[in-house]
Amino acid sequence: MKTSLLQYILHLADNSFIHGHRLSEWCGHGPELEVDMALSNIALDNIGAARSFYQYAAELEGNGKTEDSYPYLRDVRAFRNVLLLELPKGNFAETIARSFFFDAYQQLFYKALMSSSDKQLAAIAEKSLKEITYHLRFSSEWVIRLGDGTDESKQKMQEAILKYWDYTGELFSASEIELDMQNNKIAPDIASLKPSWEKIVSDTLEEATLSYPLRADGAWFQSGGKKGLHTEHLGFILTEVQYLQKSYPGCGIDINDLLLIA
Amino acid sequence: MLTIQDLGIVRDVRVISEKEVEVIITPTYSGCPAMNTISMNIKFELLAHGFEQVIVTEILSPAWTTDWMRESGKQKLKAYGITPPQYNTASNPRESKAVIPCPVCNSTHTKLLSQFGSTACKALYKCNDCLEPFDYFKCH
Repeated sequence: MKTSLLQYILHLADNSFIHGHRLSEWCGHGPELEVDMALSNIALDNIGAARSFYQYAAELEGNGKTEDSYPYLRDVRAFRNVLLLELPKGNFAETIARSFFFDAYQQLFYKALMSSSDKQLAAIAEKSLKEITYHLRFSSEWVIRLGDGTDESKQKMQEAILKYWDYTGELFSASEIELDMQNNKIAPDIASLKPSWEKIVSDTLEEATLSYPLRADGAWFQSGGKKGLHTEHLGFILTEVQYLQKSYPGCGIDINDLLLIA
Repeated sequence: MLTIQDLGIVRDVRVISEKEVEVIITPTYSGCPAMNTISMNIKFELLAHGFEQVIVTEILSPAWTTDWMRESGKQKLKAYGITPPQYNTASNPRESKAVIPCPVCNSTHTKLLSQFGSTACKALYKCNDCLEPFDYFKCH
């Protein structure tokens, strides 16, 4: 039970962390200053949520683990984020499409996680839900603005929606760990969130004058991230993120060390 | 000076003994980079005042809200050039029909430039009368 809970927390942490990292790649590269600031802020919220989850995982695991142990010292196969979030950031429409799919999911997910029997997870969900509301407003408004924009922006937005669609199924497909957590009333039933998510997506796409990707029931979706089977792209993220820890193992300053120096 | 009590970040202070104290704080936003500095400064300050054991505990629930901001804090923000939160989130959760006054000339003739400002807690506005761009501390 404790092992499953730890794995579950790391899955949630990895989702927020990898999404936050991809968004942070826009810092200094946004199409306009306001977008640059928005994406950087949203990245920060996600990394903040990831820290809360990693801290909780470290507390639960003990053995000298800290919040830094998980993002900096694990290898690709240990990460449990969904594939959608690790794909390269792509062009602006592609980042917006991916963010929109994930923000809509996160809003529903955190709402449900607030009822978790695990008090700390419920608290992180309560905190993050307030922030996700801003994220979803930002990404959905941009879907509409690009979709209902020029011929070129519409085409790029439509292509982006289609490109990431195959990666959205994994969000709602529960792993064994998630099912175990669901049976223990810790995790919500993610499959049940799908109709509400589809409603948000179809309403937004309609307003954006974009086509909803029609798929047959039971259509195939990309998956693997929840089992640690990733695309090649995650390795490149970790190479960058973990460079300092690999070159200078254990480097870092703890607040308590600073107090000792003072 | 704007204090962490003005902002509603301090939730409780427990003096355990003459030498030991616990301060319970809550982050404004999950990714707020100021939280580490805030907890470090609390430790420094209390150690300087003679406490030997200072525990700073961060809690997430109930989640921080701008409703906890003191009136004194809002006035200090405005004096600094940041428009403070204009509504109570409990009574107006969506900030609908929000009129955001300019902190410099008090004009209500203002325009939203960006929902995200220089930090996660603020949005960027511009005053159409005095032309001053300014940050608005969002209701949260």
